Amino acid sequence: MNTATRSERWSGYALLTVMAIAVVIPFLSVFLASLQPAGTPVVGLTWPERWSWDNYEQAWSVAGFSDLIRHSLTIAVGVVPASLVLAALAGYALGTMRLPGGNAVAAFFIAGLTIPVELIVVPLYFDLRGLGLTNSYLGVILVEIALFMPFSVFWMRTHFQSTPQSLVEAARIDGASSATILLRILLPLARPSLMTLGLLVFMWSWNQFLLVLVLIQDTTKHTAPAGLGFFVGQNSTDIPTLAAGTIIVMLPILILFVIFQRSFIAGLLQGAMKG
Amino acid sequence: MPSRPQVQQATKARVEPQDAARVQSPGTRRRSAYRGYVYVLPAFAVYFCFAVLPALHTAYLSLFEWDGVTLGDWVGLGNYQEILQDPILRRSVFNALVLVVFFSFVPIVLGLAMTGLLARYRRPGMGAYRFLFMLPQVVPLVAVGVTWRWLYGDDGLVNQAFRAVGLDGVTRAWLGDFGAALIAVGLVGTWVLSGLCMMLFLSGVQKVDPSLYEAARLDGAGPVREFVSVTLPHLRGELAVAMTVTTVAALASFDIVYVTTNGGPGEQTTVPGLLVYRLAFSEGKVGLAAALAVVLGCLILAIVYLINRLSRSES
Repeated sequence: MNTATRSERWSGYALLTVMAIAVVIPFLSVFLASLQPAGTPVVGLTWPERWSWDNYEQAWSVAGFSDLIRHSLTIAVGVVPASLVLAALAGYALGTMRLPGGNAVAAFFIAGLTIPVELIVVPLYFDLRGLGLTNSYLGVILVEIALFMPFSVFWMRTHFQSTPQSLVEAARIDGASSATILLRILLPLARPSLMTLGLLVFMWSWNQFLLVLVLIQDTTKHTAPAGLGFFVGQNSTDIPTLAAGTIIVMLPILILFVIFQRSFIAGLLQGAMKG
Repeated sequence: MPSRPQVQQATKARVEPQDAARVQSPGTRRRSAYRGYVYVLPAFAVYFCFAVLPALHTAYLSLFEWDGVTLGDWVGLGNYQEILQDPILRRSVFNALVLVVFFSFVPIVLGLAMTGLLARYRRPGMGAYRFLFMLPQVVPLVAVGVTWRWLYGDDGLVNQAFRAVGLDGVTRAWLGDFGAALIAVGLVGTWVLSGLCMMLFLSGVQKVDPSLYEAARLDGAGPVREFVSVTLPHLRGELAVAMTVTTVAALASFDIVYVTTNGGPGEQTTVPGLLVYRLAFSEGKVGLAAALAVVLGCLILAIVYLINRLSRSES
């Protein structure tokens, strides 16, 4: 290639790098603030004189972020497996069987992609309170499963539609029941799709804010984001501890993102395409 | 491909007696066709009870004036009328539409510009950029909000940067500034969503046959011409997706606004999501909150429909 394209190539990299810096600097600013001595005034991007991890200890034990993280995990542990099981079952039937009205049912699920939390949160509070499910993790778990179900079903249906029909036919001829076909043949093949879905659902569950704010008004039962939102209202002056808390709330999802970045990114991009 | 009855005949050897009858009777065959719904039912039940019913219940509640405690009064469409008339409620919808510019329009333009510059090469090292650009997508928006609240603060990075270049006069508490707050909140959305738009467009453009670019170059097309006639037409699907995702994010924004400004100063940054929460749970106007939620839901539905409609009719 000629020199003109080479300069284009480098200008492209330069631009990418500028964008990348713009993305990273806010994270860096909060991270550096979290390492400053607690209670001190911090200015923007300041390199700490001494790396002090005290703020993390402070946020973890005194500000209660260990409990917040535990509550978030409790909810995610309820939401993720249930979402995977329910979506796999529904996606299997809607994706591989010729169900009468199956397309309409699938469309009904997909329509749910447009439901924002704002649309359902008001009556949910009153209905779940009537059932004794406010301030309860079960209530949040059930609603989150429902909220993510349109995407989950759509994701699994698309997956099962793309598996070769001949596989299913062959198993049927061999006398396998529909349950056996799903368990023995299709699910082992669906592992990558299930894993990506699991990661996305975990992320959405972890990041959920408004729903938790409304359904769990008892602040001792808050999740990580809700606790952080509450904490910022209470302690907006102690920047280092607040910054440490922010990092703690981000950390679990960041670790997963680092480990499973391929699945995450593929899921987010494809998921957006499918949605 | 064998049709269904043939398959069932082939499997007759192992089936129980009542299954043998299924092969003959069309009535029972139809019943067995519905059997697959057993798999759909659990997912459907949860979805219906905890998402669809509440949505319908919101629509029902929106027809009442109700404080959440005593008996409600039927007001028909009165709450909707109030939304049209109340300046604060109207303001919140207007603010949400302003946020669309920052959450949707700017990220899409940025993403397209990047794609225009990067479309033609297979670039080593894209994985690292991809990782960084997607980073704001995965962390909780509340944490993003807290981060930017600090960046926009008196001693935050934004003011530090202005001071560093001698623009001390520009510095201010951005989120508390009547003129700047909404734009400041909007730019947080730009920061979150630009990466997603870029990655969507860049992955879309990878599907373009490279020979199209060579042909365009041979025909004497410059970079702009090439972008308009080769790149852009291939990104129609991705463009529709990016518009849908980002517009919905702008209209249903709650987390970032709640944490950074809580609607202030004055009503400069109130958005419908914030008012739904505030009206229902601190001001005891549940019916009005429900009506606003319905308006928001309809707005989202209309825009999603419109974008899909446009992107399909063009292709």
